[in-house]
Amino acid sequence: MIEAKTLSKRYNERLVVQDVSLQIPRGGVTAIIGPNGAGKSTLLSMISRLTPMSAGSVEIDGMDVTRTPGPELAKRLSILRQHNQTSLRLSVRDLVAFGRFPHSGGRLTAEDQHHIDEALDYLSLNEFQDRHLDELSGGQRQRAYVAMVMCQDTDYVLLDEPLNNIDMRFAVDMMQLLRRAADEKGKTVVVVLHDINFASCYSDHIIAMRGGKLAWQGTPDEVMRDEILSELYEIPMQVHELNGQRICVYFRMG
Amino acid sequence: MTTSSSTASTGRCALLLTCGAALLVILLALASLNTGASQMKLLHLLTQPDDRVTRVLFASRLPRTVALTLAGAGLAVAGLLMQMLARNRLVEPGTVGTFSAASFGMLLAALINPGMALWLKFVLVSVCAALGSWLFLAILQRIPLRSALIVPLVGLVLSAVLASGSGLVASLFELGQALRAWNSGDFSAILRGRYELLWVAAGMTVLAMLLADRFTVIGMGKDFATNVGINYAALMVLGVLMVSLISASVVITAGALPFVGLVVPNLVRALVGDNMRRGIVLVALCGAALMLVADLLGRLLIHPYEVPSANLLAIVGSLVFIVILLRGRRQWA
Repeated sequence: MIEAKTLSKRYNERLVVQDVSLQIPRGGVTAIIGPNGAGKSTLLSMISRLTPMSAGSVEIDGMDVTRTPGPELAKRLSILRQHNQTSLRLSVRDLVAFGRFPHSGGRLTAEDQHHIDEALDYLSLNEFQDRHLDELSGGQRQRAYVAMVMCQDTDYVLLDEPLNNIDMRFAVDMMQLLRRAADEKGKTVVVVLHDINFASCYSDHIIAMRGGKLAWQGTPDEVMRDEILSELYEIPMQVHELNGQRICVYFRMG
Repeated sequence: MTTSSSTASTGRCALLLTCGAALLVILLALASLNTGASQMKLLHLLTQPDDRVTRVLFASRLPRTVALTLAGAGLAVAGLLMQMLARNRLVEPGTVGTFSAASFGMLLAALINPGMALWLKFVLVSVCAALGSWLFLAILQRIPLRSALIVPLVGLVLSAVLASGSGLVASLFELGQALRAWNSGDFSAILRGRYELLWVAAGMTVLAMLLADRFTVIGMGKDFATNVGINYAALMVLGVLMVSLISASVVITAGALPFVGLVVPNLVRALVGDNMRRGIVLVALCGAALMLVADLLGRLLIHPYEVPSANLLAIVGSLVFIVILLRGRRQWA
């Protein structure tokens, strides 16, 4: 379980995340949604110890993220940031192999190689494994990074807007993959999403943030409601039931 | 595993290049041993070994060749390390203030006590080099827009500021000539007993090879490194120390040598990619080869006089630098 207690982040005088307490249970897919500047990414960075918190605490299965040794935490939790544009020319396989670093410290064992092959397979990257990252399309590159965190094989996988820059087909592929990682491998996936319909269709739990605060949380059925979403995004939004899925329409209202 | 066969072939390509470079370094080292003002040739060792021959070989030729090899390898690896620390391929110790800070350290040593013990001088110069490098990285962290071209510019500006500070102090104490000598390295004065500091550079070069994976991860950025459980801050400090120890030992022994750390890693990275583990041995070997060539040319061009290696490196290096900039211009845009 991920447990955040009275978590705050202050940049100079500006509170980006304010007094957020929440629990993310083990297993399943949790989506974090909210308008720009709601503090979603900052919250995710603090949970994954990439950004130091100004106040509060985060525990992963009872381990305080600020006090647990880095290598220990790296075997439990992986995080993929939104801006992971590296200028390094690495082959896809080499990049994915770095996911094994917490386990093997760079000396790859046969078991590591197996994990790498599996991750490449899982993201259909086999044919690209020897290409350099700069030779890939945006979608392929994004998949390579996701393959790396999958290869890290942690119980908790945190992703910040993994659907950025990829088209609808790869976005659907990506969400199905995250769903499978949760269902088949028992991972706990926490993902920041801008497209609330993806959150609605693929997650078990939605956390909605606004102005640095936790605004709502619950199952998609509980959060995907006209009045909640309209208030969250400050535009008129209507939720419709289509093929048993709750789909929100907001493109042109009134 | 069939799926990894092609990656293995990339690995084989790097291995082949590395073997070729090793052979080249051996040949160049032999040529270097065979060249000098004295008429001594290596063959004399076999045909007419006498006292004079062995004395020239062990007192002058061998130290010089070893010094060139260690300095070249060390500088190229220091350049690669600095490129990972700054996350930019257009930097090296000579363009980010490390060398300028080191020669400021030399100046301090000369002012405090011209007869300062070598180890004390080494500590002083290394500390200055580390502070200079750290200043550069600290400035980088405070720059919000880090375009690929801004980074080397910041380094060049910092270098120039430090160098003009040294110039001012040197002119006040009439040390201008000494400062110019530290700033333009050459190996003509290398004798036994006056190059051994470079074994520190060799040690750092080997350490960089052992930590190649970690420094590649550092080159991917702080978030990436933290995610895989690497202590980013500690490795940055270690990396700066390694670059500084290499730079200080070279500057004290031979003087500053430009562009080795820039040109060599860039050529190797273009050939085998940026995974340091694949490229670092090749970088070290090519650095040694370049240094040996520069020194050989310097000795042969106006024989029996010598052109300082630094001058030749500056000419060749700046041309290659321009080519690198032009080739990558789409990338920097």
